[in-house]
Amino acid sequence: MDDYNDTAVITSEGLQCLIEALLNRSYQVVGPQIRDQAIVYDTLTDIDQLPQGWSDEQDGGHYRLRPRADGAYFGYAVGPHSWKRFLYPPHQSLWQANKDGDRLYFKDERPDPPRFAFLGVRACELNAIAIQDRVFMGDAYSDPDYQARREGTFIVALNCSEAGGTCFCASMACGPEVKTGFDLALTELLNEGPHRFLVESGSPAGLEVMAELPRRNTTRADLQAAWAVVENTRRSMGRTMPDTDIPALLLDNLTHPRWDDVAQRCLSCANCTMVCPTCFCSTVEDSSDLAGTTAERHRRWDSCFTADFSYLHGGSVRQSTRSRYRQWMTHKLATWVEQFGSSGCVGCGRCITWCPVGIDLTEEVRAIHDTSPKGKGEAR
Amino acid sequence: MPPPDFMMPMPVKVMQRRQELATTWTLDVETGPDELAAFTPGQFNMLYVFGVGEIPVSFSGDPAGRDRHCFTVRAVGPVSRALTELPIAASLGKRGPYGTGWPLAAAEGADLALIAGGLGLAPLRPVLYHVLRYRQRYGRITLLYGTRSPSDILFRDELDGWRRRQDLEVRVTVDHAGSEWPGQVGVVPALVPTLGFDASNTVAFLCGPEVMMRLTASALLDAGLAPAGIYLSMERNMKCALGHCGHCQFGGVFVCKDGPVLPYPRLRGLLSLQEL
Repeated sequence: MDDYNDTAVITSEGLQCLIEALLNRSYQVVGPQIRDQAIVYDTLTDIDQLPQGWSDEQDGGHYRLRPRADGAYFGYAVGPHSWKRFLYPPHQSLWQANKDGDRLYFKDERPDPPRFAFLGVRACELNAIAIQDRVFMGDAYSDPDYQARREGTFIVALNCSEAGGTCFCASMACGPEVKTGFDLALTELLNEGPHRFLVESGSPAGLEVMAELPRRNTTRADLQAAWAVVENTRRSMGRTMPDTDIPALLLDNLTHPRWDDVAQRCLSCANCTMVCPTCFCSTVEDSSDLAGTTAERHRRWDSCFTADFSYLHGGSVRQSTRSRYRQWMTHKLATWVEQFGSSGCVGCGRCITWCPVGIDLTEEVRAIHDTSPKGKGEAR
Repeated sequence: MPPPDFMMPMPVKVMQRRQELATTWTLDVETGPDELAAFTPGQFNMLYVFGVGEIPVSFSGDPAGRDRHCFTVRAVGPVSRALTELPIAASLGKRGPYGTGWPLAAAEGADLALIAGGLGLAPLRPVLYHVLRYRQRYGRITLLYGTRSPSDILFRDELDGWRRRQDLEVRVTVDHAGSEWPGQVGVVPALVPTLGFDASNTVAFLCGPEVMMRLTASALLDAGLAPAGIYLSMERNMKCALGHCGHCQFGGVFVCKDGPVLPYPRLRGLLSLQEL
C-alpha cells in the first residue's frame, strides 16, 4: 500500500464539501446531471445538480430514465456522454492562417486547456481514458492539448453500483471495480447503515483533498458493504463478450457472411463511434473569410462510418456499409491490440444502447464465433 | 497556451514549378528551417494550400539537396489541383517529414529492383538519386517503370539519361499505345519474370497503384524473392500524419507512421481484401 492510500466515510454533506474543495482549487467540476431525458456530463457546483433518485433502463437501441426510491446519487449506468468530450473536445480550433500578399502567417488558435475535476468516473471509463492516453500520448507524437488537459485533471472515480442492460465491463476485465488511475474513488453505500460514501484516496492530491472533508473512520462493515456493491454489480451485467481470442477470431474471418448480415441492419450513422469512450478518429475542416485573407483550421470528431473518411483520389476505399462496420469492429476489438497493446473496447455498452437499430457487438462477435469455419478462432 | 502543435504548418515559398505531364507538376519549395531539410527517400510532407486544405505528398527530389524540396503532384482533388496552380513565390504550408523511408542502408550489398507505376515513380526518384550517388554500395540496379500510355511517362529526360548509363538497367512499359510507340507494351507485373533477378540477393521497392503493387509483389514472390525483401509504398487518406486521426488505417497499419513504406510481410493478407 502506498502512503497516499487511505479510506474514510463521508455523507452527502461530505460530497458537497468535496465539490467545494475542488472548486476552491480552481477546477471546473464536471459530473452527471439530467438533460434532455438522459444522464450527461457537464460542469456543476452543487450536489443538487446530480441525478439523485434516478436510474436508467438500457437495452439495444433503448434508453429511458426511471425514478428510484432509495435516493442514490449515482444509481444509473453510463449515459451517452463520456469523458473524452472534455479531454478531447468534439470541436477544437487549431490555427489560423493569414495571407498578406505572397506571405502566409500561422497563428496558434487553441484555447488554454481547462483544468477539470471529473466526478463519478466508472471503471470502464477509467480504462477508456487509459486507452486514449496510449493513443494520444503513447507514441512519437503526443497531442499537446490532450496531454495538458489530461495532466491537469483530478479524477473522482466511482465503484459501480448499477450495471446497465448493455454493460459487459466484467467480461472485458475493465470493471466494475476501480483499481487504479484515480485521485479519489467513491463507493455509494445504501445498505447496512445510513446513506454514505466510502472514499479511497489514490494519489497525494487525492489524500490532501480527502483530509479536508468532514469524515469518519472506516469500519469493517463499511468495507464489507462496499465489496458487496461491486460484487452485486459484477453479477448483474446485462451482456457478456464471448470468452475467446477475439483478435484471432475476427482477423481470421474478414470475409465471414456475418458482415453482410450486419450491413443489412447498420445505418452507417456513426452513433456508436460518437458515444464510444475510446473512438478517437478526427478530421480537420477549413473555413475562410470572404476577403480571402484569413483561413481557420478546426479539428472535429470523425467516424469511420462516413463515406468521406476513406476518400482517396476519386473515391472512398470503403464504399459499402459492410466494409465500414467491419473496419469499426475489427479495429475496436482486434487491430487495436496490435496498435496499442489492449482491446479498444471497455464493455461500457454505449454502442449497443445508442445504436438506433440496436446492433449489439457482443452478439455480432458471438455470431461469428459460433459459425466460424476456422475452428472458432482457436487457431490462426 | 499548450505547447507547440505538430498540426501547425510552416510557411514556405514556391521556388520553381515545372510541368511534367498534362495535369502533373513538380514544385520546388523552400525547405524551411535546416533541421527540417533532411528527409529519407520514401517519406512525405503534409502540404497546405491557403483556404483549400492539406494533403500528404512524397518527396520527389534529391535527398542530398539542402536548399529545396521537390514535390510532384497530379491534380486529382481540390488540394492537389490548387497545389499544381501555385505560382512561383506563392506561400504554402508544410509540415513533416513524416513516415518511414525505403530501407536504403539495409539494402546495401544487394541487387535493387525499383518498380514504379504511373506517378509512383516520384517517391522512388530520391532512391535513384541516392543509389546512383553511392553506386558502389549496391549490386545490379534495375528500374522497371510502367504507365498507362506514353503520354503518362514522368521525368522523360531523366529516364533517357538513366537509360544511357551502363550501371543502371531501365525498362519502361506502357499498358497501351499507338503504333508510334517503339517501346514495350504490357503491364508491369507481366514483365517481372523477364527481368532475370538473382532472387536470393534482390530487394524490391514498389510504388504505384495498389493493384499494380499487389500483382507485382505476387510476380516477385513467384520469381523467388523473399517476402521480407519486398517493400511497398502505401497510400491512404490522412488528416494528421501523426497517428492520431485514424484515417490512414489499413488493417492494423497506420500508413502515416508505420508506413508509407512497408515490408510485404506486414501487408500480406491485407492487399487481397476488398475495401479494407
